[in-house]
Amino acid sequence: MNLTLKIWRQKNAESKGKVVTYQVSDISPDMSFLEMMDVLNEQLIEKGDEPVAFDHDCREGICGSCNLQINGEPHGPDRGVTTCQLHMRRFKDGDTIVIEPFRAKAFPIIKDLVVDRSAFDRIQQAGGYISVNTSGNTQDANSIPVEKENADMSFYAATCIGCGACVAACKNASAMLFTSAKVSQFALLPQGEVEADRRVLQMVEQMDKEGFGNCTNTGACEIECPKGISLENIARMNREYLKASVK
Amino acid sequence: MGNFESNAPKGPLAEKWTKHKNDINLVNPANKRNIDVIVVGTGLAGGSAAATLAELGYNVKTFCYQDSPRRAHSIAAQGGINAAKNYQGDGDSIYRLFYDTIKGGDYRSRESNVYRLAEVSGNIIDQCVAQGVPFAREYGGLLDNRSFGGVLVSRTFYAKGQTGQQLLLGAYSAMNRQINRGKIKAYNRHEMLDIVKVDGKARGIIARNLVTGELERHSAHAVVIASGGYGNVFFLSTNAMGSNVTASWKIHKKGAYFANPCFTQIHPTCIPVSGDHQSKLTLMSESLRNDGRIWVPKKKEDAEAIRAGKKKPTELSEDERDYYLERRYPAFGNLVPRDVASRAAKERCDAGFGVNKTGEAVYLDFSSAIMRYGKEEATTRKINNPSDAKIKELGKEVVEAKYGNLFQMYEKIVDQNPYETPMMIYPAVHYTMGGVWVDYNLQTTIPGCYAIGEANFSDHGANRLGASALMQGLADGYFVLPYTIGNYLADDIRTGAIPTDSPEFEAAETEVRERLDKLVNNKGTKSVDHFHKLLGKIMWNKVGMARNEKGLKEAIKEIKELREEFWKDVRVPGTVNEMNAELEKAGRVADFLELGELFAKDALHRNESCGGHFREEYQTEEGEALRDDENFMYVAAWEYTGNPADAILHKEDLDYENIEVKTRSYK
Amino acid sequence: MAKSALLKSSLAKKYWMAFTGLFLCLFLVGHLFGNLQLLIPVSEGARDQFNEYALFMTTNPAVKVLSYLTYISIIFHAIDGILLTLHNRKARPQGYVSFKPSTNTMWSSRNMGVLGTVILAFIVVHMTMFWGEMKFGGLDDTVYTTANGEEVKDLYTLTIKTFQDAQYGLLWAIAYAVAMLAIGFHLSHGFSSGFQSLGVNHPKYNGFIKKFGFAFAVLVPLAFAVIPFYIHFVLEKI
Repeated sequence: MNLTLKIWRQKNAESKGKVVTYQVSDISPDMSFLEMMDVLNEQLIEKGDEPVAFDHDCREGICGSCNLQINGEPHGPDRGVTTCQLHMRRFKDGDTIVIEPFRAKAFPIIKDLVVDRSAFDRIQQAGGYISVNTSGNTQDANSIPVEKENADMSFYAATCIGCGACVAACKNASAMLFTSAKVSQFALLPQGEVEADRRVLQMVEQMDKEGFGNCTNTGACEIECPKGISLENIARMNREYLKASVK
Repeated sequence: MGNFESNAPKGPLAEKWTKHKNDINLVNPANKRNIDVIVVGTGLAGGSAAATLAELGYNVKTFCYQDSPRRAHSIAAQGGINAAKNYQGDGDSIYRLFYDTIKGGDYRSRESNVYRLAEVSGNIIDQCVAQGVPFAREYGGLLDNRSFGGVLVSRTFYAKGQTGQQLLLGAYSAMNRQINRGKIKAYNRHEMLDIVKVDGKARGIIARNLVTGELERHSAHAVVIASGGYGNVFFLSTNAMGSNVTASWKIHKKGAYFANPCFTQIHPTCIPVSGDHQSKLTLMSESLRNDGRIWVPKKKEDAEAIRAGKKKPTELSEDERDYYLERRYPAFGNLVPRDVASRAAKERCDAGFGVNKTGEAVYLDFSSAIMRYGKEEATTRKINNPSDAKIKELGKEVVEAKYGNLFQMYEKIVDQNPYETPMMIYPAVHYTMGGVWVDYNLQTTIPGCYAIGEANFSDHGANRLGASALMQGLADGYFVLPYTIGNYLADDIRTGAIPTDSPEFEAAETEVRERLDKLVNNKGTKSVDHFHKLLGKIMWNKVGMARNEKGLKEAIKEIKELREEFWKDVRVPGTVNEMNAELEKAGRVADFLELGELFAKDALHRNESCGGHFREEYQTEEGEALRDDENFMYVAAWEYTGNPADAILHKEDLDYENIEVKTRSYK
Repeated sequence: MAKSALLKSSLAKKYWMAFTGLFLCLFLVGHLFGNLQLLIPVSEGARDQFNEYALFMTTNPAVKVLSYLTYISIIFHAIDGILLTLHNRKARPQGYVSFKPSTNTMWSSRNMGVLGTVILAFIVVHMTMFWGEMKFGGLDDTVYTTANGEEVKDLYTLTIKTFQDAQYGLLWAIAYAVAMLAIGFHLSHGFSSGFQSLGVNHPKYNGFIKKFGFAFAVLVPLAFAVIPFYIHFVLEKI
């Protein structure tokens, strides 16, 4: 099929970007979206133009690198997938596709479609861990039983891949879903409960410092999240934070 | 040249590691503050090593090409992690895990290392649980286990199909704690482009900032390479797009021996290639082979008709199908080990029985499993004389409960419903057992340069068992390297900070800069991917699942020619001093073009078939691998001398004192 | 740290928003019960009952406290909302070329600020019309003598006349209905959102909260909106 692509091009962080229109032809419906981008880039290189920069790595939906805003939605129109898992059969011959970077003050653009998501790293560094030494002298793994339901919920929260779709989809560019997923993962486990108060206070403080917006419970994040992280996590973080801040 | 001694401690197997830890030198806490360590790669091995080293008090700098350490490709591991915990009480033990690993590796790994791996495996689970890794649990609140291919016990810990992700996030969180304390400085979006040696010792690296394009000098008292495997030399593999051999290859060129490069694991159940546009292959969990039956049409005409889209697989009757694994291996059937299953699929497709457009796919059929489960379910639900449709419906429910997410993933990619029509699968490159040669301390032949995780060659021999890669990465990073490195660093407590303005740093940076300039200024006509794809084709066709002398010799010649062509005609757009993905790729592919040749050379010299290495000349009458323990029970460690073709072979003989060497048979 | 966290952090803003919002929901219920007295036929002493009620509401000290709480809540809710909106705008300085929020969110949830502004404007008008008249309007034409002989404003007559006015009565009723529509949409997101913000989210109870919130958002504004029309079309003229 043949497609018209409107792609955000921006030389570097300082320069002003703009939308540039490209045509691609002979796109097979079996291609993934990023393979279609590969075709475009091959075409640009052949012509002596600069290829479009975009983040990608595992191409199987788990590393969280790829992050394109496709036709107004993070990771495109399909639900429960990352950009690399989106296939071209989702589009029709002759379609126009608008491709932009995830936009937020906390995610400055580096080049074209590549953004800097290190704010997520800093939120995790602020407290997204359990303070235990890796000496190997911890107690036996089975010494503290964990209720299966809590272990499962903790796991579902931990499946977050840190792609940033929640921020991109949110009209307020809020990072609540991301932050709350990490807070929840640990808050649900007895191992993590010990420093739960300190963790949630510090992580929220960092999240605010990074310049993300506020949560207004629109629920866009939950719907666009490729891993289906639930809004329950945000509520849990609200509880944890309330508890920690009145203490 | 460096030290080519295994340095395995003497004494009884079970006491080696404890004794060694007691014997080696330690660095006192005050002195650790004055010692810097560089870790390249932040996957399971690199991440866990960085966290532990920082915790011990060293100043650590980590480097990864991704935008965050959390995105390293360890994250994609699905199945699980082995540990000899014996929680199931099924007779598991350290010895049994050790034995299974050696045997699974077809007797090509070092006994002492593998035993240590099995010994610390239990600690990994304790550690990860303490860190908040949400492993699967039973209703009683204790950890659940599953069993995996090639072993007789249930020792695999898992977190749904995302075990690698959860373990990596655990290591990443341990890193974050140290970053927050200022003990780790994380250099993300940085790529190591060379190692710097001062007085023969590893003293730093040259790294490129992938955002600005600037070259940076980083010094340290030791350098740890944890940059993963080199499966992308095949272009198509289950590795991430950015996975590369560059760090390992650079140290190889500066004196680190490269061991057993031809030992590559080809995973039998991947989604087949759909066309030339394909950039990457997706793995389907091995567990599917528990219920799926693998087949191709018996008659070539049927295969051709299916390829042309004139016939559907469901139209073929039972006697028109060839369940070739069940036919060839009646005892193990569809559950033969990975290498055997992969080769059998290739054999059928090469003979013209492949079933997708490209002719490179076989069926994995769940229809009999669906009917079988359906009947069982009907019985348990007390449904008398159920109709076929009802049985099918019930069976589908059972299969969905077991493999639902995998079937969904398959349907997303292939756009076919695997409940209705058989899945198509084909083998794909998945893991490289070979890598940088290391001694018992995980030190390479460059003093002060270490290699851990998939980047080293050490523990899996010629074939890796499922769920062992995660175990090895974390064992190296959490529990082995942080101690053994102290033995070396103990001599460095008075060295002080390593200056980066020395002539050695100057020379290394200049060399890197010249190479980058050369790539950018080449202004050829072909893209980097063009060459990478061609390299992949040569590797896959001639150095892939089945190799022979003629093909390997051709491959060596063709790779050399392709490399020359690459340097003449590659086109890298953009400049050095900016974010430039093509330039990054070009550097990596240039290294693959050298590694590929050594890879083929290693495969050519190893006149036997073992594990993932299958030489057509060395097989039994039934077409099974024929090992030659007499002549090849050694690690082939290659020394670089200026050209991959001229690499010098060093042999590390493998002595099995605690295990009886046997032939693997799955008949 | 904890103290400032409860005042300044993004989460604290949500708590206050939720807390004041849910309090105002309670106020709405109370207000509605008062208004329902306007449905009593004139002949059955509606004037007396409503005016006595109005007097009670303006003089009882407990109600006074509640009413001040309500004013504070409204002001806080509005200021907090404005702050939130401003802050959220800043979080994405450069917007998307193409943005399709309708695919993943409800219209009302994205337009709480707009709806809130409409409601705020309504409150101002509404307060001027009735509460302001009551407090500062003087006793010129509509006087009601209470049971203990006190002369106060005849709020009942004022209200009924407003909506029965031949020229503007229907327009007022329509204007009120529009405002109630805004409140309905505001509540359709705000009610359950308040619970979420305060951390009340559990699969077991979410269904109930959502359904109850929806019913609340439809029924309460509807009941409010019906009254002016009833006065205009059905109630006997005074």
